Amino acid sequence: MSPLPFDPLLVSIAAPLALALAIALGLPKRWSVLLAYGAFAIPVLMALHVWWHFGDAAKDHGYAFLTRYSTGLDGLGIGLKLGLNGISLPLFVLAALVGFAAGLYATQSGAERLKIYLMLLLVMQGGLMGVFASVDIFFFYFFHELALIPTFIMVGVWGGRDRSYAAMKLTIYLTLGAMVSLLGLIMLYVKSGAHTFDLIVLRDHLAAHPLAATVQNNIAGLLLFGLGVLVSLWPLHTWAPLGYGAAPSSAAMLHAGVLKKFGVYGLIQVALPLLPDGLAYWAHPLAWLAVIGNVLIVGLITIAQRDLKQMIGYSSVMHMGYAFLGIAAGGIIGPGGVVFLMVAHGLSVALLFLLATAIYHRTQTFAMDEMGGLAQKTPVLAAFFVAATLASIGLPGFANFWGELAIFVALWKFSPLITALAVAGVVISAVYGLRSAARVFFGPPTAELTKVTAAHFPADLTLKERFPALILLAALLFIGLWPKSLTTPINAALTPQISAKIGNVTGR
Amino acid sequence: MTLEAVKLAAEANQWGAIFPELLLACLALALLALEIVLPKKLHAYIPDVALAGLVGTLGGLLVNFHSATLGKESFNGLLLHGPGGQVMRVFFLLTAMLVCILARVSLAKQKVPRIEFYHLVLIITGAMMLLAQSNHFVMFFVALETVTIGFYILVSYFRTNTASLEAGLKYLVMGALSSGMLLFGIVLLYGVAGNPTLPGHSASAMHYPALAQFLVANPHNFLAGVGIVLVLVGVAFKIGAFPFQIWVPDVYQGAPTPVTAFLAVGSKAAGFAVLLVLARDVFASYDWLVTPALTAMAAATILFGNIAALTQHNVKRLIGLSGVSHAGFLLLGVVALSGPVASVSATGAIYFYLFAYLIASFAVFGVMAHIGGADDSEQTLDHYAGLAKENPFLATILAIGLGSLAGIPPFAGFLGKFFIFMAAFEGGARWTLVLAVVGVVISIYYYFGWIKAAFFEQWTPPADTADPRPARTPVNVVSGIALGCLALASIFIGFYQGPLGQWLTMK
Repeated sequence: MSPLPFDPLLVSIAAPLALALAIALGLPKRWSVLLAYGAFAIPVLMALHVWWHFGDAAKDHGYAFLTRYSTGLDGLGIGLKLGLNGISLPLFVLAALVGFAAGLYATQSGAERLKIYLMLLLVMQGGLMGVFASVDIFFFYFFHELALIPTFIMVGVWGGRDRSYAAMKLTIYLTLGAMVSLLGLIMLYVKSGAHTFDLIVLRDHLAAHPLAATVQNNIAGLLLFGLGVLVSLWPLHTWAPLGYGAAPSSAAMLHAGVLKKFGVYGLIQVALPLLPDGLAYWAHPLAWLAVIGNVLIVGLITIAQRDLKQMIGYSSVMHMGYAFLGIAAGGIIGPGGVVFLMVAHGLSVALLFLLATAIYHRTQTFAMDEMGGLAQKTPVLAAFFVAATLASIGLPGFANFWGELAIFVALWKFSPLITALAVAGVVISAVYGLRSAARVFFGPPTAELTKVTAAHFPADLTLKERFPALILLAALLFIGLWPKSLTTPINAALTPQISAKIGNVTGR
Repeated sequence: MTLEAVKLAAEANQWGAIFPELLLACLALALLALEIVLPKKLHAYIPDVALAGLVGTLGGLLVNFHSATLGKESFNGLLLHGPGGQVMRVFFLLTAMLVCILARVSLAKQKVPRIEFYHLVLIITGAMMLLAQSNHFVMFFVALETVTIGFYILVSYFRTNTASLEAGLKYLVMGALSSGMLLFGIVLLYGVAGNPTLPGHSASAMHYPALAQFLVANPHNFLAGVGIVLVLVGVAFKIGAFPFQIWVPDVYQGAPTPVTAFLAVGSKAAGFAVLLVLARDVFASYDWLVTPALTAMAAATILFGNIAALTQHNVKRLIGLSGVSHAGFLLLGVVALSGPVASVSATGAIYFYLFAYLIASFAVFGVMAHIGGADDSEQTLDHYAGLAKENPFLATILAIGLGSLAGIPPFAGFLGKFFIFMAAFEGGARWTLVLAVVGVVISIYYYFGWIKAAFFEQWTPPADTADPRPARTPVNVVSGIALGCLALASIFIGFYQGPLGQWLTMK
């Protein structure tokens, strides 16, 4: 247990939700903004607290800080059970950090109807903290949906170009993904015979009574399809660039940075320990889909993008391909690398979305052809952007490098050919990443840009913009330079699962 | 009458068992009496009397929820006071209260008599409460006809409006047809079960337990099969299941909005309360016939309702057709119940779904009542454009109601769908479940389209003419509180089910 007199996990979920409710019930605007700082900061404090105490906290099946609250569905084996293991801890911290940055950025964004905007962000934040803190699969799903709804509204109301169409498309695709994965989870619940959604109990139960191979394959297939849509697995990825292109920056930061990781996280946390044979059955088709579709095809599409925000959207689709590859590769290193990559990518893509909006405020356009030479006017912004781009490409020193490296190492044992193709993807991402940085910041300014800058001289990043960006960049560097801070808990969480799997295989 | 007979009657006094229904009937008559007695300026308070009476009845019922008659038959087996019937009583009383609140908003815009409306609502509510507890085909049919006849009047209540009159006629014709089929089915069952050459025959085959006994003894009787199908068809008309849903869009559009709500929630729930008992208990031995029939019906209803609702621009037709799809989801729950591997949680799932549907539907209908103008049947998505800016309260209620109907967490509607899906999976209706998932995804399009109209779109009135949209009715205190409570209930039940969940997961 944590030394705090209250449950830090519950507080980190409840604080944003409570403030959102208070705003909905008519809290005045001045107070709303002030209190929002607090509501975004509390999860960060709680996350840092649990991260600090995780190593020496008492654990059950690798989960620390376990508490269970009844919501009245005990008869169905559903209850709000909160806890963190080595896989959810990094993502829990990620959600808190990105949420804090997105919240800070939103308070200074001057969005119309700021109160409602903040309220929706807070609901999203509460949902995100809940997703990674839930040990009960039902609530894990429930919190994901809770965080998803505000995205639709934020895209539809505060979005940019094509917002209405983008919101509709996003909603339908993500509902499809969510419903299919719900079907898979229901099937898991019924077929396991344990009549509980508690992940720990399910794991013990299934270790003793493993599911038949066909059942595992069917459930894994449903989960891969459903969660695949949510993580933009090719060819069901088209909602992502469109949605991110239209989404307001804070919503894009939270969704692309954190919420999208739900699908991959679900595969690692639920499917990997409970359905090892099912995942192994689908590993090859999944790997080929990911490497050809997500990495190569989408990678080439990314190169062709002219719109900065769409390009970042496509690049995030591409990087999710590596996550699927890591899951397909299996072992400890594969999924471990995926968790690492998710944290790194979450930080870097959120930073990129933040900076893209900052650039838009200065150039009034997202079209990269119409920018150029911005570095002379805004050197700090340029430095941040180049750093974020390098991180996203996977330069050593940044967190992304370690994640991709681990995935490639695991992938080599799985299939050298796929590994070769995946490594080629790194070149692609270097091409579009560096090209975008060059187009936006270097070279002579274009005629359009000169016209805009003549009207009002573009100021460099303001302090209020710099602070959230700095948080994200610092986290990226910290993890990149000291990867052990993440690998120790991840390793500890993944090791017993794999050995349990081997036990199953030999025992059958 | 001899003293002995009086004594016997006193000893077997079972009127207490239907005290809530009697109270409603007396209240209904009292409303008419009040209209005669009270001076005209006090007539405005008569609806309040109806509402107060309903609240009182509901309170009394909740206090005596575990009454001594629970689980017993009364009136020579005409009624069975099971826990399910008790739940449905609460359900119908809540429905009636909300209908009365909506009626205060809607009727104010029309030149029609007021008091009779509340009178009819109370009578229908009492009849539906009896229907949900019926244990005998005579009781069933009489109660059902009371409900239907009441609805004939209510549907065409705006008698100067042609759409309302047309809807009334359509409902009358279709209702008569379905009652005819139902009656024919009942008679066939009664006739065949009374045949003394068959095993298990009974002289009182209208009584559910006797009929169930006969059906168990003759599991493949052709005539009984025909009778069962006809009874199911009759009920399918009431719940608006495919292919017996043809009356739904027109009637829902033409009927006054409170009546549409009453039909969509009350009438449908009454149908399901009956179907639940029939499929689970009475026709259980004919699951080889009932389960495939209901499965096909559920699948077709979900698909038809959702696809037909996609193209609707008139919101009353839209909500009607979306109601058809909800009937399909509920049928899925009944399938789970009647199948060979009966799901233990299906009964609770259906009740939970009904309550979630009640809460969400009335939130939406409540907003509709405020948006609609003097011509109640013409209400399109355009009328909602810009609602979020003009009246954020109504827009929020609408979004929560529609979100719950669409089955999105954290609203109660999600849990309803979730429980139904779980029950259906346990009951073995796998492929229908896949169709249901497809249906949910389709439904997102039109529910979200409605939310989109209210939140994202701006309204620009045509330049040359006056604004064709009716003015929005300001929200008064009572309806404001009611709508706020409904929205909060949708959220609260989504997060915390508490005793409700514990009760529902009991067998």
